[in-house]
Amino acid sequence: MKKLSVKTVVAIGIGAALFFVLGKVSIPTPVPNTYISLQYAVQAVFAALFGPIAGLLIGFIGHTLIDATSYGPWWSWIIASAFAGLVIGVVTMKLDINEGIDTRKIVHFNVAQVIAHLLSWGLVAPCLDILIYSEPIEKLFAQGLMAGISNMVTTGIVGSLLLVAYAKTVVRKGSLSKED
Amino acid sequence: MAKVAILSYIRRESPVHALTGTTKLIFFLAWSVASMVTYDTRVLLCMLMISAVVFKISRIRIRDISIVLGLAAVFLLLNNLFVYLFAPEYGVELYESRTVLFTIAGPYTVTLQQLFYHLNMTMKVICVVPVALLFIACTDPSEFAASLASIGVSYRIGYSVSLALRYIPDVQREYHNISQAQQARGIDLSGKDKLFTRLKNSVAILLPLILSSLNRIETVSNAMELRGFGKNKKRTWYVKRKMQRNDWLTIGFVAVVLVIDLVVTFWDGSRYFNPFV
Amino acid sequence: MTTPVISFQDYGFQYMSQAEPTLHHINLDIYPGERVLIAGTSGSGKSTIGNCINGLIPFAYPGKSTGRLLVDGKETQESSIFELSHVVGTVLQDTDGQFIGLTVGEDIAFAPENDCVPQEEMKQLVDQVAGLVDIVHHLEYAPHELSGGQKQRVSLAGVMVEEVKVLLFDEPLANLDPAAGRTTIELIDMVHERTGAAVIIIEHRLEDVLWRRMDRIILMHEGQIIADMPTARLLSGNLLLQHGIREPLYLTALRYAGVEIREALNPEHVDGLQLQQEDKEQVRRWYHSQRVGIRQEQHGQELLQIRDLKFGYTPDTYTLQDVNFTIYKGEMVSIVGRNGAGKSTLAKLICGFEKPVCGTISMEGRDLKGDTIKERAAYIGYVMQNPNQMISKPMIWDEVEMALVQSGMPKEERTRRVEETLKICGLYPFRNWPVSALSFGQKKRVTIASILVQRPQIIILDEPTAGQDYHHYTEIMDFLKELNEKGYTILMITHDMHLMLEYTKRAIVFSDGRMLADNTAAHVLNNPELVQAANLKETSLYTLSLACGIEEPQVFTECFIGYEQKEVR
Repeated sequence: MKKLSVKTVVAIGIGAALFFVLGKVSIPTPVPNTYISLQYAVQAVFAALFGPIAGLLIGFIGHTLIDATSYGPWWSWIIASAFAGLVIGVVTMKLDINEGIDTRKIVHFNVAQVIAHLLSWGLVAPCLDILIYSEPIEKLFAQGLMAGISNMVTTGIVGSLLLVAYAKTVVRKGSLSKED
Repeated sequence: MAKVAILSYIRRESPVHALTGTTKLIFFLAWSVASMVTYDTRVLLCMLMISAVVFKISRIRIRDISIVLGLAAVFLLLNNLFVYLFAPEYGVELYESRTVLFTIAGPYTVTLQQLFYHLNMTMKVICVVPVALLFIACTDPSEFAASLASIGVSYRIGYSVSLALRYIPDVQREYHNISQAQQARGIDLSGKDKLFTRLKNSVAILLPLILSSLNRIETVSNAMELRGFGKNKKRTWYVKRKMQRNDWLTIGFVAVVLVIDLVVTFWDGSRYFNPFV
Repeated sequence: MTTPVISFQDYGFQYMSQAEPTLHHINLDIYPGERVLIAGTSGSGKSTIGNCINGLIPFAYPGKSTGRLLVDGKETQESSIFELSHVVGTVLQDTDGQFIGLTVGEDIAFAPENDCVPQEEMKQLVDQVAGLVDIVHHLEYAPHELSGGQKQRVSLAGVMVEEVKVLLFDEPLANLDPAAGRTTIELIDMVHERTGAAVIIIEHRLEDVLWRRMDRIILMHEGQIIADMPTARLLSGNLLLQHGIREPLYLTALRYAGVEIREALNPEHVDGLQLQQEDKEQVRRWYHSQRVGIRQEQHGQELLQIRDLKFGYTPDTYTLQDVNFTIYKGEMVSIVGRNGAGKSTLAKLICGFEKPVCGTISMEGRDLKGDTIKERAAYIGYVMQNPNQMISKPMIWDEVEMALVQSGMPKEERTRRVEETLKICGLYPFRNWPVSALSFGQKKRVTIASILVQRPQIIILDEPTAGQDYHHYTEIMDFLKELNEKGYTILMITHDMHLMLEYTKRAIVFSDGRMLADNTAAHVLNNPELVQAANLKETSLYTLSLACGIEEPQVFTECFIGYEQKEVR
């Protein structure tokens, strides 16, 4: 494996800290006992900016810290979180956000995140749960579907808005002129 | 600032605290694997008892972790409820027999097998909880990175963990400050707005948070490079402690538990201990 | 003649991301054991020089360089950032960014860890260095348990473990209160004495750095070295002011009084001034001529009243108690005190972010107790220290409009309000620009505009000028003064003594969660006991007036400010 650059090491650390902090903030939804998980939007943005390894480890470290400080780690979901970051990172590898953003890139990013969350919560998490905890399939897929859709919506809306806003902040002045 | 109720390191003197971070990490991982693999009631019962004993030795009081235990209880309860709602006959399938105790309504009967399945599933989770909590409560966060490195994880990744722990309080404070200032401008995430509006509003807090985090990443990585991080293939650790006799004993003990766990679980070709047939 | 440890030879540099070079034809030699101050406004290239010396350029920030740069006799291009780190130790401006370890001990050990120093040796090394900077009793502390000054010590220790030949400080005073800043300079002085390393300080707060001897000042402007001369000679000329750097206050006062600043005066330090009898006479004459001009201000109507306020984050311990004061309409007041004295907590209580344990906060006689954060925002505006933490929309117009959109105001009304506010703030020509195209000072204006748009009666600003050079400082403060003249009441949390003196008539002083004083700024700064208790610093005007035999330093200070407002602006 190629050595991680110092910048990536730091991005993973700070990204995981963000993941943790946002994971602890509960923003209620109309569905009882369900919360908006803003951390997945941020993880997706970091994966798109810093690559798949960063996405993977931000999810892994961040989610482990959330679980370990609240009720003990639920490994299957931790791995699913990590996997989501990895997939988004891989699919958006060629997407140079720092060069500006357009509709095509936003669609690309969203395709990436939809695939990632579909695989993570529709496949990885339930399969691991069956393997490890031997829970009934019906429950796991229903649960996975809920989590997956919720994360897709959050990442789709918040993640895309963040990327657009971010891209606008890095674009250079260009030919701005004062108006009266 | 309102502290978020989370578990953190509790400095105290106990045999568990005295173990090195590496030992505790290995114990915690091996224990997690052991509990994940097995569904054997007898093994789970033993593990549950051992974790209770370890908890006692650690001199961590129930009071210290009551919030966390509460969360765990709610989580378990909900999980059990969902399992039952979706598959009330799952235990019957698993244990290949059916002893009906009573019927609630429609397809929802309560069988002995289902209850036994719930008991096993719950024990599986419960026997890890004390060990996981102890791992967090009795391990100095400073030792995490060194411990990860000593079990073969790249020190770069180990240091990422350390940085995450280092900057969590800073990020938390920043989030708090930003969200307060934005509340004064009408951004309120806990309000009664529509879901979409709330998601859109969250960007007003997240964007400054992310931009300042990106700045922070730049500063911190400069600071680390200027002080030689990543220069060599290895690095030494200021906080790393030497392995003592008790460390080796503990590791040996958990290895034995893991082996017994595997043997007992797979001896008869099934993960499950089935008292019904 | 010794060989220089750092040698720029017709050196130029252009960042890859920029269209123009940042440094042009730099020729500069720094010798072992020297103490050099590099001064210049932001954007003058002074930080870039620092980055060239420690190797961040070209290794972290790639670009094109011309000419030669030798550090310790070696071309930096052919060296590496790691090799350079053994020669140059860098203390960055952001002490939180530099503090990487989870505890003080670990952070000091960070560099030796990377060098694979065995643990035993490392522990000894850490103890030794920590002893040197007097932080040895805090080795197990986490960063958030330390004050800004203590973090600065840790940063210093963390680079000193390497036994470097050059210590480079990038704006070491930016985030410190005055007393902590003074201690930092003393610490650097002490470290220099003990290690003999060359010291390079990059700062624009000249007077604070000159608290201890500096051999030379390099003045930068637009990527070039304007002056490279001994401190006394540079202070004697006009170069500093011409290039946006503020000279020490006592020198400005002497100039106002008509005393010519010359090398023979020993102008580096207020305590060492060699004033002749006729100089002193001249200062006294000026003082008496100005004295008559001072008049007492009349109070306006009562606006904000704080009565018996008490607050604590945990029960039993109070971060704030016994706070009583009244702010009158149209006032501009500073709230001062050391970091952690309770100033920011007070602001949070006024804005309703936190709830007091007891006491009342009222606005024009009405208790604000039942009002939510959002409701209070209609009469109290709060501007955070760092505009980057507040700006949440990429475009200026959207940012300013945000609060109005949230309140559901109709579109025409919104447009009218935003336009009006942008005009007040001088941002109207930029209304369709992205925020990222603005300077720091302009961003600050945007955040103020985004608050003003809600038409609050009182604006609270947290450290409005922190880390800004004289030019930006003046830009921001003149704007606030303008707003104040338009009738806005302004409350500023600050530890900038100049700001407090020059712009606010009244200062409320906090220390350890209690209110120590509520008086004129000049009075506060000329009261040694108060100054010490609140971690402030008496201004050099105080020392100067005593040296000239003026018995009421406070009145002298008031004269100075009055003169400045009348004649200079």
